[in-house]
Amino acid sequence: MSPSDYLYLGWPSGPVYLRVRAKGLWVGMLLALAALLLAGLALGAGALELSHAQVWQALLGEGPARLGAVVREWRLPRVVMALVVGGALGMSGAIFQSLIRNPLGSPDVIGFNTGAYTGALVTIILLQGSYFEIATGALVGGLAAALLVYLLAYRRGIQGFRLIIVGIAISAMLAAFNTWLMISASLESAMTAALWGAGSLNGITWDKALPSALFSLVAMVLTLLQSRRMALLEMGDDSASALGVPAERTRLQLMSLGVVLTAAATAAAGPISFIALAAPQIAQRLSRSHGTALLCAFWVGALLLLLADYCAQHLFAPRQLPVGIVTVSIGGLYLVWLLFRQSRLASS
Amino acid sequence: MTSARLSVVHPVPDDASPQHTEPAPARLRGQHLRLGYGDRVICPQLDVRIPDGSFTVIVGPNGCGKSTLLRSLCRLITPQAGQVYLDGKQIRDYPARSVAQQLGLLPQSATAPDGISVLDLVSRGRYPHQSLLRQWSPQDEAAVQAAMQATGVADLAGRAVDELSGGQRQRVWVAMALAQETPLLLLDEPTTYLDIAHQIELLELFRHLNRHTGRTLIAVLHDLNHACRYATHLIAMREGRIVAEGAPGDVVTADMVEQVFGLPCLVMADPISHTPMVIPRGKVHLA
Repeated sequence: MSPSDYLYLGWPSGPVYLRVRAKGLWVGMLLALAALLLAGLALGAGALELSHAQVWQALLGEGPARLGAVVREWRLPRVVMALVVGGALGMSGAIFQSLIRNPLGSPDVIGFNTGAYTGALVTIILLQGSYFEIATGALVGGLAAALLVYLLAYRRGIQGFRLIIVGIAISAMLAAFNTWLMISASLESAMTAALWGAGSLNGITWDKALPSALFSLVAMVLTLLQSRRMALLEMGDDSASALGVPAERTRLQLMSLGVVLTAAATAAAGPISFIALAAPQIAQRLSRSHGTALLCAFWVGALLLLLADYCAQHLFAPRQLPVGIVTVSIGGLYLVWLLFRQSRLASS
Repeated sequence: MTSARLSVVHPVPDDASPQHTEPAPARLRGQHLRLGYGDRVICPQLDVRIPDGSFTVIVGPNGCGKSTLLRSLCRLITPQAGQVYLDGKQIRDYPARSVAQQLGLLPQSATAPDGISVLDLVSRGRYPHQSLLRQWSPQDEAAVQAAMQATGVADLAGRAVDELSGGQRQRVWVAMALAQETPLLLLDEPTTYLDIAHQIELLELFRHLNRHTGRTLIAVLHDLNHACRYATHLIAMREGRIVAEGAPGDVVTADMVEQVFGLPCLVMADPISHTPMVIPRGKVHLA
């Protein structure tokens, strides 16, 4: 690669000077553009078909008030949350796959999603909680499961493979506990819980969306600030330490950020699998770059979830599917392919 | 084996005799170090000084604690007792980044991320000199180019690290450590897994760096003859203790090798470099 593969931003001797891989930057921009175009499409689609001009008018607050309400109050929060939740899951997956150095090391495989679901179930079934209490319950559940996995896997530092195994074990135990909660609950709470557990953006409003979105955005900014350290940590703890990155502390910070991202996403939309697993892999394949991998993972995740939600809403219209069902169906196939490919790599 | 040091070669620090000369200045030193992992103590009590400007090589049998010592000198493990000092100040009191500006490390095991290019990897060595907003500078560019020139990997800049041969890959890692531009550079078994030609090539490079850039190098090596040939200062360890240290020509004797490695041998002058050369006797040839 020649120096022309890099883009230099800023002033060589000024306060700001950055060097980025050009390809990663372009791929990120194209993904963002695609996601925004799809968002425009999603805002216009539905029982009330709107033209691009009408959508644009409604977004600017012009045109008929009725259309404005449909676009701004009903469709926009859903589209924005699809982007934010998808992006958060994509980034969270990128963090874990980088720290664990294994494409299977995504939060939905190692039990954080299941923990969040347990938290939500406990709130719904045992405490009969409201929407925000459920969201808080999911957040607490995800964090508690993550902490448990971390402590059980800790032995003079964290080793990726042990974390995956412990995560899978905890995940299985929590899943059994979740099933027990469901069958011992009243029919009504069990239905609420099942609906929540499918993972859906149906009926999301600004009120419900904002807290989780704010959490996600803060965690994303903090993660991006750590992105260079994350890349150095991939070379092993010794190399990272030699370059002035405190390995164990950085790993703990990044892991906490990843857990917060997953938990915030789960609190808003329920457990949505596959995005955290696939988005970082797709992003890496597209950009072939390291420094910009987090941003690309964000946009791939956002695009994937928006696409899945679009399908869930319109594929079997007027019947709406929970988006979690769409991602789980695609995700299952992807996981089979990933396992197949890994075992082939391992045997060759 | 007894823990007694060879009195002939080892300077006794407490000795107040008049002929005792001032030790060479040492920016990096360890005092009363007890090193180990958990309950397992590897070095019970150790004092070490790395003379400035030297090419110090630590030798000793497997498990003698040489890598442990090296790792403690660059803060990868915290001593259970005692302190490592850099410029007279406890090394653990410095921010991680300041240490990384003074002290580089070529670790024994480093993983190159999938598909990373040589140029990208070498550029990572500049991290301690960069900040969030100033992630690149003309000095960074110059240091990376110089490091790739010095190690002969400039032509490979665009190649992926995982496509390279073992020797090339090791030189890329050395280039990354050089790009860090630290006055002190620690090398943990840098020649392991390389064939003899690549080993010599790398050691020649280290000697060149030591002589012509004034860097202090500290290496753990397995091959005693390589150590004798390239080191300016040799530290021989056994069972967690320093048994002998000094210039190879002064320190390496048949007695010392037998004491440290338990290997009966003959020590002769290397016909080319005139440094000591260790020739194992072996049982079969003892008629």
